[in-house]
Amino acid sequence: MRLRREFSSLKQSTGFDFQHNHFQLFGLAPSFQLDSAKLELQYRALQAQVHPDKSAHLGETEQRVAMQQSTLVNEAYQTLKSPIRRARYLLLLNGVDTQEETNTAMPVDFLMAQMEWREAVAETQQARDLNALEQLAARMKVETRALEAQLAVKIDTEQDYAAAAGLVRKLRFMEKLAEEIDAAYDVIDM
Amino acid sequence: MALLQISEPDLSTAPHQHRLAVGIDLGTTNSLVATVRNGISVVLNDENGRAMLPSVVRYAADSSVTVGEAAQIEQSVDPTNTIISVKRFMGRGLKDVGDTSRLPYRFVDTDGMLQLRTVAGVKSPVEVSAEILKVLRMRAEAALGGELVGAVITVPAYFDDAQRQATKDAAKIAGLNVLRLLNEPTAAAIAYGLDNASEGVYAVYDLGGGTFDISILRLTRGVFEVLSANGDSALGGDDFDQRIHCWLLEKNDLSALNPQDTRLLLTQARAAKEQLTEHDRTRITAVLSSGELVDNVLTQDEFQSMSHNLIQRTLQPLRRALRDAKLSAADIKGVVMVGGATRMPQVQQAVGEFFGQIPLNNLDPDKVVALGAAIQANLLAGNRSGDEWLLLDVIPLSLGIETMGGLVEKIIPRNSTIPTARAQEFTTYKDGQTAMSIHVLQGERELVSDCRSLAKFELRGIPAMVAGAARIRVTFQVDADGLLNVSAREMGCGMEAAIVVKPSYGLSDAEITRMLQDSVQHAQDDMQARARQEQQTEANQLLEAVQHALVQDGELLDHQQRSRIEAQMTVLQGSLKTEDTLALKRAVNALNEATVSFAQARMDKSVAGVLTGKNISQLETK
Repeated sequence: MRLRREFSSLKQSTGFDFQHNHFQLFGLAPSFQLDSAKLELQYRALQAQVHPDKSAHLGETEQRVAMQQSTLVNEAYQTLKSPIRRARYLLLLNGVDTQEETNTAMPVDFLMAQMEWREAVAETQQARDLNALEQLAARMKVETRALEAQLAVKIDTEQDYAAAAGLVRKLRFMEKLAEEIDAAYDVIDM
Repeated sequence: MALLQISEPDLSTAPHQHRLAVGIDLGTTNSLVATVRNGISVVLNDENGRAMLPSVVRYAADSSVTVGEAAQIEQSVDPTNTIISVKRFMGRGLKDVGDTSRLPYRFVDTDGMLQLRTVAGVKSPVEVSAEILKVLRMRAEAALGGELVGAVITVPAYFDDAQRQATKDAAKIAGLNVLRLLNEPTAAAIAYGLDNASEGVYAVYDLGGGTFDISILRLTRGVFEVLSANGDSALGGDDFDQRIHCWLLEKNDLSALNPQDTRLLLTQARAAKEQLTEHDRTRITAVLSSGELVDNVLTQDEFQSMSHNLIQRTLQPLRRALRDAKLSAADIKGVVMVGGATRMPQVQQAVGEFFGQIPLNNLDPDKVVALGAAIQANLLAGNRSGDEWLLLDVIPLSLGIETMGGLVEKIIPRNSTIPTARAQEFTTYKDGQTAMSIHVLQGERELVSDCRSLAKFELRGIPAMVAGAARIRVTFQVDADGLLNVSAREMGCGMEAAIVVKPSYGLSDAEITRMLQDSVQHAQDDMQARARQEQQTEANQLLEAVQHALVQDGELLDHQQRSRIEAQMTVLQGSLKTEDTLALKRAVNALNEATVSFAQARMDKSVAGVLTGKNISQLETK
């Protein structure tokens, strides 16, 4: 990977280590439960050092390096900030593939619930019922939080990565559902 | 000449370290340039004390170009060659413009960005914008007394890649080094934030002449973090003028006006809109070329009802921006109003009602973007001031690629903090396939036809393999200007695949080169004119200095020396009357040479004067 190679060749000159994983980058322990205030603080501190605006008056090379470093810091921050992405990344670090594209074996009751959710979203959209949609969004958020709480136990406490991967696949369904709710908002708002 | 003037050594000023940088608000209706002077951001005025340069460019048959107020005055006389609101055409095709019948231009329909046929030839919107930027650059260089290190150019937050690229190209043609393309609402936030030292979440509502932006920002100590941006890059004050224009047509039973009359009525419509900011009613009068008289009274109520849905069109992006930021109107601590169109009372009222608070109007809505851009330019140029801040902005529209069945697969979602990158792997679907075509799009819709095509590029030189064996990794990198760069690599054999990019609306490298050359040619003409003027000034100053010296210290010369100097003075006076710059330069040199010994003699006399009355020890300690 080209970017990666350029990254590693630069680490000595800048004290910025491209080999670090996202947690190391922000000086955080690799766990699902995370001090989000510290993450935010560290993110800003790092961007304050590497953001391209800091080297806009320098040469092309410095500017390109800054862009790459800043891009990586953004990527790492976005990954750790989002619970599903953070879980996926932690599993990857532990050599576990979440198989979101290949493993479609889902508990029947979960799939049934998903179908009901989607029908409900479609109905509110058709009826242009903003209140009903907001209620759906709130319920979905509660459901998502519950799955995330289970993830914390499976990853941090039990280190049961296979079970965690199953939860990530469920969260992926919830994420798609959230996208549909967003799209429904846009349709009702037209 | 220098030899004749004896100056105090301590008065010579050391070259200052301040790097000259400006912020430029390239607006639909007006453009401004600002800079930081003595730590304060100020808008630079023209020689008549005007801050705003109307974004109007007129092309004449002799290829001369008029920009600003002079061009604006003539827009009704020569509408076809006087381009106004060119920003609306940046990075846009003809079909994007919509109803062209109301516009007085001769459009050239090309595949990509539209072009305008003028009396001075076909012009791209990029070239027209470059003319505006050139005037601002020269204004800044004259005011600051030196060449600019660079400029921050502002763009609407909702500008897509093609519009941003077009803006950057225009700056390049105008001879500006672009330090950064900065989103207009973000620039306004900097101007406000640094003044008020505010913390919390703010909304910036920016309704300009032709564009609408809404940005939601979180301000914490020294960090401006854009949470979401939304908008409409084809909605602005111009549309309110159009509504009044249509109302006038209807009221007076007019149809199919000629370009002059269209322009005349639009100008009157704008004046009426501005009048209604302060008054309940206004009278609109105009005499059309047919002699027909237009005379109507427009009330605030009528104007509000005809523009109601334009304002509603700004509230939808506002709700989306809030949803994307996962916030509600109640979370917003303050609403900053930007853009001349926010002066309309109905806009203030609608925004106030939406957020349940009175919007902030402390800073001039016409100037706040340029002021903020200047502050950022000063920082980016490397002028260290006491406080430092960090700006984290986002890409306003998702980037994606075309997949099977005319669908778009999103690769970088909207509101991603920039710079950002995403890599995607592709494979071949035929045995022995050595090339691949990738279509890059921008927008939120699912269908390719509903999104904006940015570029089609081809990967060539893929090693022949069985279908599905080649792995091509394509990296999409969005830089801090919000501009997309694409690179590709074959992962199997590690070969870098060649990419041929065909921008859908942008200019090709060859076109940019041609425009740059045209611009450089003009610049050379300008330079020669300037060189001649400088030479003349120098000659006049020299003549004056020698004349003065002769009166003061003429007794130091013998008759022969004096007549030699006087002869050279006559030669110089003679060549001042001719157009020959070279001869003028020679005459200046000759007179300088003829006065060398005279200058030496004056120097000796002057030094002797200084030494008189001083003893040795005083001289040594000096």
